[in-house]
Amino acid sequence: MIKKIFLVGNPNVGKSVVFSRLTGVQVISSNYPGTTVEVLKGYMKSGEERIEVIDLPGAYSLDPSSPAEEAAVSLLKRKEEEACVISVLDSTNLERNLYLTLQLLEEGLRVIVCLNMCDDAVHRGVHIDAQLLESLLGVPVVSTCAVTGAGIKMLIQRLDESRIAPSPRLSHTQRWQRIGTIIEQVQHLEHRHHTLREMLEDASLRPFTGIVMAVGVIIVSFKVVRTVGEFLISNVFDPLFMRYYLPALERLSSLLGRQGFVHHVLIGDLINGSIDFKQSLGVLTTAPYIELAMVLPYIISFYLVLSLLEDVGFLPRLAMLLDSLMHRLGLHGFAIIPVLLGFGCNVPGILATRILESKRERFIAATLISIGVPCVPLQAMIFSLLGGLSGYYIMGVYLVLFSLWLILGVVLNRLVKGYSPEFLVEIPPYRIPPFFALARKLVFRVKHFLFEAAPVVLAGVLLVNLFVYLRAFDFITNLSAPLVQGLFGLPKEAVVALVLGFFRKDVAAGMLLPLALSAKQLFISCVLLSISFPCIATFVILFKELGFRALLKATAIMVVTALITGTFLNLAIVR
Amino acid sequence: MKKITLAKMKANQKGKISEICGGHLLQSRMMGMGIYPGREITKLSHFALRGAFAIKVGRGTVAIGHGVAGKIIVETND
Repeated sequence: MIKKIFLVGNPNVGKSVVFSRLTGVQVISSNYPGTTVEVLKGYMKSGEERIEVIDLPGAYSLDPSSPAEEAAVSLLKRKEEEACVISVLDSTNLERNLYLTLQLLEEGLRVIVCLNMCDDAVHRGVHIDAQLLESLLGVPVVSTCAVTGAGIKMLIQRLDESRIAPSPRLSHTQRWQRIGTIIEQVQHLEHRHHTLREMLEDASLRPFTGIVMAVGVIIVSFKVVRTVGEFLISNVFDPLFMRYYLPALERLSSLLGRQGFVHHVLIGDLINGSIDFKQSLGVLTTAPYIELAMVLPYIISFYLVLSLLEDVGFLPRLAMLLDSLMHRLGLHGFAIIPVLLGFGCNVPGILATRILESKRERFIAATLISIGVPCVPLQAMIFSLLGGLSGYYIMGVYLVLFSLWLILGVVLNRLVKGYSPEFLVEIPPYRIPPFFALARKLVFRVKHFLFEAAPVVLAGVLLVNLFVYLRAFDFITNLSAPLVQGLFGLPKEAVVALVLGFFRKDVAAGMLLPLALSAKQLFISCVLLSISFPCIATFVILFKELGFRALLKATAIMVVTALITGTFLNLAIVR
Repeated sequence: MKKITLAKMKANQKGKISEICGGHLLQSRMMGMGIYPGREITKLSHFALRGAFAIKVGRGTVAIGHGVAGKIIVETND
């Protein structure tokens, strides 16, 4: 009886999709190697029994070359009696995938082979004789297409047939020779002309066409994120709040007598005698408005675009193009993926730095993300604060952040000791993700945002609300007035926003609205809000991932950068 | 027959890997990805400024940084 299943396979063969299919647990899967950076566990029901399913991070071989792989391998080598291994293979690249499978067999593990991405293989003219492969390997082979769910039932049915196929230990070269003979027998390649997809795949790898495509994709992505976000705000979320929620709140406000402590907490201050969602700062007014009407639309549009880019398989190509630049920052090309994830929220971005091997790289990447990469909530606020001014202001913020990111990277590359490994990564083929897969991923991420962010925003607004009621901010503002006024040229009340930024960026930006700042002041506060302390969630993840000393170092770098940049901008901008 | 490093190859040039001059870790990592002595590869693109580029190995495509590419020695026909 099987009690435990390990999913093992090369990076980017769809282990996570198989995992979701088996356990019903939704996990993020994308079209680039290294999406799963930790060991995931779930349970699968089989009659009365509960079988533990463990999804291991992708590896090319059982000779571990990174800490993540080492952990995976040590789990396997325990050789528990009732455990079996599902060796997940990418049918479109059977040859390379079989290397790991042979190693599993040589280890004497109980194995069943899952030939995944069968449909894609057929599209590409790759035909595999699964039955013959089964007899050659001596373990069951099941063809699947995990994305659509085809073949998964068969895989579950045949789990009990998984077995140990005794095979002698081979040297690397012998193993590749054996694979060669297996491939000759089971794989039949249909000769076909280059398809448009393959032409695009090639074009994105060449210098000129590659860079043109990359620039195009980035510009279009940014435009789409903004347009879709703005469309959702002005056509869906804002009308909902104004038409249905506002009247109800007005009634509640009159019921509460339009003043007093309870009114202050729930509704907040009335601006010119009525509720202002952005400035009232009540738990029922500003908190849900920031969260749902200002940030959520951009969360939806950002993750829509990001998920598409991830699943199509564009990101590793971008990584390759940027490798040369990233080397000058002490990173290699693949670090662009955590950075892009950081634009959604810094927390998953910093978690994704686990795909980088050395400690040094991880420190540099995480610091750069927390300083120079604004998350969606922060960007939403930048759009709303600077949206009324000319478009150059918004572009200016990104330009300043990008320059900072480059300068800091170059400096950190000089200062941080250690080595940065080289770039060596597989480029997946382009895949057209099925609509439902994209939708599911989007829903998963949006839900995650709502559950993670909502309580913090609520608590943040409540805290500000109480502080305003108790006039507790006066102390902080007066204390830091010389710094904020003198160096940054901001009114002293702006410090409240900067301090709140530690809590959550979107609440903080909301605090800037009532201050009637000039264009220059708004610009400087937006930049400062981006580069000064990351929010508390990012702090916690920095601590967890890099340790206390690295967190202190990163924080010191942030404070210094914020001080210098704020002062510099204040002096450099005339108007 | 000429032996050059992978970094020095031109775009679209084919060759056979003859040696990987790197540590054990690099060798075993490449081995797992199907890059090993005796293997035929095609360089798909070449980038200026020590940029990374792509090679075709079997049915797969692998992007390789300029640094690693300098450690891979390839036999070419021309």
